[in-house]
Amino acid sequence: MAERTQKQKPAPSRTEETVEEAPATAASGDKLKAELDDLLDEIDGVLETNAEDFVKSYVQKGGQ
Amino acid sequence: MAIPKVCGIETEYGIMVRGADSNPVTASSLLINAYLAINYRKVGWDFEDEHPGNDARGFAVDDLLAPDIETNLVNSVLTNGARYYVDHAHPEISTPECLTALEVVRYDRAAEEIIRESMVAAASHLPDGAEILCHKNNSDGKGNSYGCHENYLLARSVPFGRIVSQVTPHFVTRQIVIGAGKVGCELPGMSADDVPYQISQRADFFEEEVGLETTLKRPIVNTRDEPHCDASKYRRLHVIVGDSNMSEVATYLKVGTTAIVLAMIEDDALGDDWLLANPVAAIRQVSHDPTLQRTVLLRNGRRATAAEVQWGMLERARKYERSHGLTVVGETVGADVLTRWEAVLTGLESDRSTVADVVDWVAKQRLIEGYADRHDLKVTDARLKALDLQYHDLRPGKCLAQRVGLQTIIDSVDVGTAKTEPPNTTRAYFRGRCLAKWPADIVAANWDSLVFDIGRDPLRRVPMMEPLRGTAEHVARLIDESNTPAELLARLGA
Repeated sequence: MAERTQKQKPAPSRTEETVEEAPATAASGDKLKAELDDLLDEIDGVLETNAEDFVKSYVQKGGQ
Repeated sequence: MAIPKVCGIETEYGIMVRGADSNPVTASSLLINAYLAINYRKVGWDFEDEHPGNDARGFAVDDLLAPDIETNLVNSVLTNGARYYVDHAHPEISTPECLTALEVVRYDRAAEEIIRESMVAAASHLPDGAEILCHKNNSDGKGNSYGCHENYLLARSVPFGRIVSQVTPHFVTRQIVIGAGKVGCELPGMSADDVPYQISQRADFFEEEVGLETTLKRPIVNTRDEPHCDASKYRRLHVIVGDSNMSEVATYLKVGTTAIVLAMIEDDALGDDWLLANPVAAIRQVSHDPTLQRTVLLRNGRRATAAEVQWGMLERARKYERSHGLTVVGETVGADVLTRWEAVLTGLESDRSTVADVVDWVAKQRLIEGYADRHDLKVTDARLKALDLQYHDLRPGKCLAQRVGLQTIIDSVDVGTAKTEPPNTTRAYFRGRCLAKWPADIVAANWDSLVFDIGRDPLRRVPMMEPLRGTAEHVARLIDESNTPAELLARLGA
């Protein structure tokens, strides 16, 4: 799966390379807070570049 | 006596195309076909036994839901027993029938991975730079919603009125445990200025206590009576009120607590203490109050917070465990669900950060509030809504839920096998195994039948009216030892 992703997608952007996956195990409150701080540090790079346009264009009709 | 809570989830995913012109129906078809082209020879869906207009209250509505099933749209059955199809204008995956909440989580996670693989597969059919984005959420923030429906098997003998009145308090208050969180409000005339952040994605869209609709005037209890099995013995409670969860534990508790509550209702062990005076007002009120302090009016004149109602349900469930056991939801899973349910309620009322790794709305709230504080943003800033959407974005590089430290309870290897292999413990086993072994000989599949073409007229339809027959225990050897579907059918006596 990961290999296919690499082959078929266009070269990943700067922001997609920088972040590690979140750990798969339970974390203590302190650890979570530290992770949240880290995430906030990097989040501007991950967030859609034009948030306003993205939010405006996100329309989902015809659902149950 | 309560019966085993066979259960499953149907998830409609949000979809949009960037960098190319496309409508959501076409994009959904492309998404699914791209996946099938790599992994499958196509098997059609058999609509003969679909009756979405049948009402649990005892009547049928012929035309009301006619557009609900559009036979010309992409519709496929996977070898894990799931259905992958275009529903209205969304890609949707229904998990196979499962026997426990833990199994549902495994297949729900597999469905997410199937969507991720589909996005990759679809990219090669799009112009350079274009991409399909899928979100596992329930609202576009503009008043449009799409569902994550749960299904539970119930004994037909249980009075439907009792189910409606007694399950409603759980549906209204369970959102504090399993809500996925939402920036802003989609009630007409209200905005993020009125409700900056709320607990549920879906609560704003519920306008009735009970009814047949799923696309407008949505009811808290849906009455669709389409059991997809022996209707004289069973009903399938079709639950439309829940959020799609990114947290595995949240999905686990959503299905696990509800299965236990329904078993208690079947055994008449829940009681009427928590009946609500006004469920529609209450579901919104609970969702709009992340402080968890406001109370809702009960039918007995008392007032209670959502947490108090949940504690009351949990206490009844503990008693039920002692008096009846939890075999019908799986003993081990049932006991674990009760332990985790209690831990979440405790955490919500003491130190909220201790449940930020399992409760979606708490995890998202920390993200939104932390970001707003850091950048000194107003509650209406588009960046906060973008964060909300991106929490559910299934692209691996963009999915914020994958970065907030959520607990996982399913091993990634088990998620992987669930993409192609059916559960062992329900009739989905028979469906999935037959599709994997004889894809060219099955002309149609449905929840309660498989139709074989064994080269002689007429086509042979194998009914599967019992959700707990056709399991690995029943048919694994039969399927293993049959070289052809004709041989299988002969040995089944079909």
